Amino acid sequence: MLRVENLDVWFGFPPDRVDAVKSASFTVATGETFGLVGESGSGKSTILRAIAGLIPSWSGSIEVAGKAVTGSHRDRAFYKTAQMVFQDPYASLHPRHSVDAVLSETLRLQGMGDIDRRITKLLEDVGLGRGFRFRYPHQLSGGQRQRVAIARALAAEPRLLLLDEPTSALDVSVQAEILNLLSDLRQEHGLTYVMVSHDLSVVGHMCDRLAVMQHGRILEVMDVDALRRGEGQQDYTRHLIASSLGYQRA
Amino acid sequence: MTPLLSVRDLRVTFPTRQGIFEAVRGISFDLGRERLGVVGESGSGKSMTGRAILGLVRPPGRVTAEHMRLGDQSILNLPERRMRKIRGSRISMVMQDPKFSLNPVMTIGDQIIEAYRLHAGGGKTAGRQKALEMLQAVQIRDPERVLKSYPHEVSGGMGQRIMIAMMLAPDPEILIADEPTSALDVSVRTEVLNIMDRLVRDRGMGLIFISHDLNLVAQFCDRVLIMYAGRIVETLAAKDLHNARHPYTQGLLNSLPRLDAPVDRLPVLQRQESWRDAELETYFPGGL
Repeated sequence: MLRVENLDVWFGFPPDRVDAVKSASFTVATGETFGLVGESGSGKSTILRAIAGLIPSWSGSIEVAGKAVTGSHRDRAFYKTAQMVFQDPYASLHPRHSVDAVLSETLRLQGMGDIDRRITKLLEDVGLGRGFRFRYPHQLSGGQRQRVAIARALAAEPRLLLLDEPTSALDVSVQAEILNLLSDLRQEHGLTYVMVSHDLSVVGHMCDRLAVMQHGRILEVMDVDALRRGEGQQDYTRHLIASSLGYQRA
Repeated sequence: MTPLLSVRDLRVTFPTRQGIFEAVRGISFDLGRERLGVVGESGSGKSMTGRAILGLVRPPGRVTAEHMRLGDQSILNLPERRMRKIRGSRISMVMQDPKFSLNPVMTIGDQIIEAYRLHAGGGKTAGRQKALEMLQAVQIRDPERVLKSYPHEVSGGMGQRIMIAMMLAPDPEILIADEPTSALDVSVRTEVLNIMDRLVRDRGMGLIFISHDLNLVAQFCDRVLIMYAGRIVETLAAKDLHNARHPYTQGLLNSLPRLDAPVDRLPVLQRQESWRDAELETYFPGGL
């Protein structure tokens, strides 16, 4: 579904050039959930943004559903294949667009007909009733906003969802609801996920395989059983697993 | 022994167009020389409790209580001038995000020295000496360089350690930490917690640790208050957290994904209307 090879991403120009991602390679099979974990500044979100065409300065090769993409231009077909959900539902929805406006705009851009029925269906899919259709973001809770953001991503009927910390701005109880929703949607629609998170337990819950990143490099790709057993090939991975298990008094 | 801080029936209310909104609805607790965790979801009133203790609730918000005492002095609705004497020197607060709580146009050294001299007096040289000591105490390498840098030149974890240094410079009796580690990476988090833990132990301070992270609080604190909709629904010794009795606490614990216990679906918290107002079973291990 997704193949990334020798991906380099940089910002700025020499002498101030920052290499955010350095020769990252991984593949994600159809139907799989792949996690990218690491600390802030490790380049995990940057990889997603490069795939989605939000960053022009990259080199290497990215193939989505067998088609190579270039630069930061993506055609309409790309967005019918891959969609992105952002971290902060408070920032990623336009404050003066109602849920209806958000979803119908996306549907129209994708050239879909029968918008009225589709909106009802989308809202149902993400567990919001029709009553939410004409609300504005400030009338929704954080979890409900994230559901709208997920509905917007699903509007194009994509096969690949790029999830950038989808629950880190939410309470744990709401996080559980959203993670369950994502699992259900994956089964119903046969979706493939690439999920960025700093929370190893969330990645452990959702993903089949994951890549551990540090300083822009992928240190290792491991499967989730190895993560559960706390087995990392690298010291850094083991350190990360140990510190995410909680606080041990020194 | 008189507790460091004693709060009885604390209420914080805000007038709104729909009537009066109660953010905190009558909570009572005592703080000794211990680490007290306050846990709850967003909107449960945990941060508002911290702000009310420091007198930081802005009008039209109103704070009422049966009493709120620091040692034997009442600190309920003190005039701003007297509150300023307490804030910082006797009770300090560390906020969530160092990016927003440090002054971006002042060097870090000047900020710590200012905080220290305001409360302890003394000359600039003494202040500078103290600032260096504090930065060393929070394990910052090369404190001379950090003194001269601006907040944007340091990382998030370092910024938070600097905040802690600044708050601890005047030797307060109580430190209120409002989500001090939520903005930090896990590996930095452990470091910051270790520093706080040591300082609290060495100086015999009382710590109020406000957080949404149940497991972290259980591992870090001595005692935990669980808040729901502006009330304390349960008080527990931290080591007993996993035997929590209130369905809300249990629900919160269960909804966390765990590395060591994989499940297919996460149990979702079923909120009950009755939790808001039901008569609470008083269950206070180790006093209030």
